[in-house]
Amino acid sequence: MQHLAYFVALWVLLAGLYGVVTSRNYVHLVACVAVLQSATYIILLAAGFRTGGVPPIFYGVPVGTRTVDPVVQALMLTDIVVEATVAALLLSIAVQLHKASGTANPSELEALEG
Amino acid sequence: MTRSVRLTMFFAGAILLTIFFVASLGNVPAVGDYPGPYGNVLSAVVVYERHVTNIVTAVNFDYRAVDTMVEESILFLSVAGSAVLLRQMRSEEKKENDDRKLKDSEEKTSIPSSSDATRGFALLIVGPMVLFGLYIVTHGQLTPGGGFQGGVIIATAFLLLYLAGDFTRFREIVSHTFVAIIEGIALFTYVFIGFLGMFEEKAFLQNVLPFGRTGDVVSGGTIWVLSCATGIAVATGVLEVIYAFLEQVLEEWSR
Repeated sequence: MQHLAYFVALWVLLAGLYGVVTSRNYVHLVACVAVLQSATYIILLAAGFRTGGVPPIFYGVPVGTRTVDPVVQALMLTDIVVEATVAALLLSIAVQLHKASGTANPSELEALEG
Repeated sequence: MTRSVRLTMFFAGAILLTIFFVASLGNVPAVGDYPGPYGNVLSAVVVYERHVTNIVTAVNFDYRAVDTMVEESILFLSVAGSAVLLRQMRSEEKKENDDRKLKDSEEKTSIPSSSDATRGFALLIVGPMVLFGLYIVTHGQLTPGGGFQGGVIIATAFLLLYLAGDFTRFREIVSHTFVAIIEGIALFTYVFIGFLGMFEEKAFLQNVLPFGRTGDVVSGGTIWVLSCATGIAVATGVLEVIYAFLEQVLEEWSR
């Protein structure tokens, strides 16, 4: 199974998407969106992995040992910041919706009235 | 649309996605078979070029420092967005009402006070946690860590104060205006360090400070300074978001 990590990422993506589709509570929905975003981390890290590679930290490790790719790890750091951002904004919207309509269930919301 | 229609569409889409995914994995190299040049180049030269041992932090704060600057502005935007979305949409007499209601709602609050175990644990752990967060921030260029990770740890340490006490104590210890001002100063510091390079007729965010000795805490030129500025900006930014959510507690009390 040479592509196992990519299939794991696909499974996590589908599980998160299923949670979003069948969610009955806004907070649960935000957690499922976070799970969705974790699938992208798995793909990034799997793309930069090297079998038998050490982490790209040379503190005490001689320069020249084969490490895994550090560039995708830096990309992933920024990705996590974006996830925290999206979760904070979505939760703010959820709080305001609960205050305005009294329910946290997406399917119990009524349509907007102009 | 009804739940069953949604589920049917989801399963159809999932099957299609799986088919296309498997079909597109045709010639992709196996996991673990890293071919690309960038990782090899960076692992070979960064320790000698910048005198740091953490390649990921060097990429984040030196080679791709522009991306990190945009990331911090994304964080700042989310803080501002949360504060705007959770703003209290009432009249201006709200402030006096708040303080008056705080004083006489201490007895009839519906939020249960925290247990002794929580309070004892928080008392023990807040100090070491802030110290640990500062260690992660300042040693970002030597061992795994950096500004983002350490900043979140420091912000969580302050959140423990709220968990141990209640919102009034938290507001007394962590002043809202102070946090907001420090966040602006930290973000401004990041951009100002970037302009240091332009004063010497080099590129924006070029590493122009002295590199130091590999293994020292203060090494890597601007990498250390940018990591500390990012740590402070992230810690205060997360505290601002926490404030925006905890102000809702005031609304609950005054209802």
